[in-house]
Amino acid sequence: MPKGCNRVALDKEHLQYPHRSYGMDHDYYDWSMLSTRKPVNWPKGKKLALWVNVCMQFFPLNQRSEPFPVPGGMSMPYPDLRHFTLRDYGNRVGIFRCLKALDRFNIKATFAFNGYLAKRNHYLLNTIIERGDEIICHGWHMDALHHSGQNLEEERELINRSIETLRQLSGQEITGWLSPARNESRNTPALLVENGIRYFSDWVNDDMPYRFNTAKGPLWAMPLSNELEDRFILLNNLHSECSYVEQVCDACNFLLQESKQQGGRILALNIHPWVLGQPHRIGKLEQVLSYLSDQSNIWNASSGEILDSFIAQQ
Amino acid sequence: MQEDPKLYDYWPYQNRPKITWPRGARVAFWVAPNIEYYELDPPTNPHRKAWPGPCPFLPGYSIRDYGNRVGHMRQMQLLDKYGVRGSISLSTALCDHHPEIIAQCKERNWEFFSHGIYNTRYTYGMSEQQERDMIKDSIETIYRHTGQKCAGYLAPALSHSELTLDLFAEVSTELFGDEIALYTCDLFHDDQPTPVHLRSGRRFISVPYSLEMNDTIAYAVHKVEPRRYGQMLKDNFDRLYQESEESGTVMCIPTHNYQVSCPHRLKAFEEALEYILGHSEIWVTTGREIATYFMANYYDSTMADIDAKRVQ
Repeated sequence: MPKGCNRVALDKEHLQYPHRSYGMDHDYYDWSMLSTRKPVNWPKGKKLALWVNVCMQFFPLNQRSEPFPVPGGMSMPYPDLRHFTLRDYGNRVGIFRCLKALDRFNIKATFAFNGYLAKRNHYLLNTIIERGDEIICHGWHMDALHHSGQNLEEERELINRSIETLRQLSGQEITGWLSPARNESRNTPALLVENGIRYFSDWVNDDMPYRFNTAKGPLWAMPLSNELEDRFILLNNLHSECSYVEQVCDACNFLLQESKQQGGRILALNIHPWVLGQPHRIGKLEQVLSYLSDQSNIWNASSGEILDSFIAQQ
Repeated sequence: MQEDPKLYDYWPYQNRPKITWPRGARVAFWVAPNIEYYELDPPTNPHRKAWPGPCPFLPGYSIRDYGNRVGHMRQMQLLDKYGVRGSISLSTALCDHHPEIIAQCKERNWEFFSHGIYNTRYTYGMSEQQERDMIKDSIETIYRHTGQKCAGYLAPALSHSELTLDLFAEVSTELFGDEIALYTCDLFHDDQPTPVHLRSGRRFISVPYSLEMNDTIAYAVHKVEPRRYGQMLKDNFDRLYQESEESGTVMCIPTHNYQVSCPHRLKAFEEALEYILGHSEIWVTTGREIATYFMANYYDSTMADIDAKRVQ
């Protein structure tokens, strides 16, 4: 039988390309190459803005996994005490090691809080409020995912509840957002604008802030690398703790170098107390913070401050 | 279905006729940046899903967009620094979406070869005519936007049919005559170019395009640490350079701007490039140039050697 016999065919839509034209294949944002944009200068002539984002997360034991099990969530039959307690470890033990490390090297962080965690753990929330650091909303909890199977009203209520809970309990304005698992429905960005959110960090397609369009008005996308986050490197890629340090330092050096020709850059480190707060890892966070605090060209600020400085120059 | 693709003959890696690359070079070295466009919401192919989750699948889509917005320029500047001309494996719809990238590559006289229309459109399930139409569209798009008659093919997202290579060569022959289509990057069976059997009997070869050295395979599939990837590249080169005393070899680094151009990975890549290009007797070239040189100088002797070694 000659090869290629018995072939059927795909529907004709598979050879039709309705979005094959200039720019993106959607309307969320405009196509723009980073290298062609106006250079940015950070305060005090610094080249690299450092945003350390600490994720404050609650993983429910009775995980529904709708529409998928959140990375880092429960993965064993109920009751998965192993993963519940390992994550809870971050909120009891790990966070205090992380805070100590940040203070030791005088590094300011931003804290992405699940609204429900703020509600169930006032001590933890108050600890962060008393530091005066910026808090952004990290959804309701890690099993309350935003996704396309959700109806609009359900998601609207979820987003409103998450943000308003955090606003009331923290007394902060809350203008930043990070979705659990960075997952979104098609409606999420517009619903964020509706709830007074100014910037979000789910999309990992840039190293600098850019304008995101929604039906309810514009939003800023703030870069927060997924590839460079502790959980991704250590638990998804299973790289060594030493390699984590090396990768962050390599990224820092590269971005500093690039900023000399192309203007200010942002080094955004997303970290999790349940990952780096372990006794065998906290020293590596300290190494990273020590390295970064030794750089004379770094401006360490909260995500909101970095965005403000960026917007003022547009 | 057949147990063997029957695209090439068994040809043992010993006592082969000696290959010497231009100017006495021992290793032909080429870098193949994949410049790809992944669609946010493509039609769902019945045999393979484009994204593991519902639309919009942000993690996958947005990091690939990062490659074009941010990563491309970084890799291009690095290759400029080391005098390497890229051989681009191109999702040809990118000519429409991001002509700025095409213009930059064209300016540098980089080679473009076809990698389908979008990397979210798979060959699986297509009729022969559909695959032929898709390939023809991709070749014509490259010609229209760059003036280049594309010589090579890498199936989109490595999705093949039994006839993929036949169709690429046949479409090229229809458009440009018998001399243009030269090579495929779809086969990983050798470290030297090898003849490929086509149903037309036309001359065609496979040029080594290492899947093992492919940054996406290394980083996303095998999840290697960046410095280890750099070491793998150096080790791969060292052995091919050593063996090339006997007969010229080919080393390819296939890259993706959303992997190798991340800030925490560029150092390892640059160190490897610096190391490799610090050697004399290497030919820094493109896929088309390797294929052209091999066709002109070694195709016949290779075929003769394969025939001589065939065990009856």
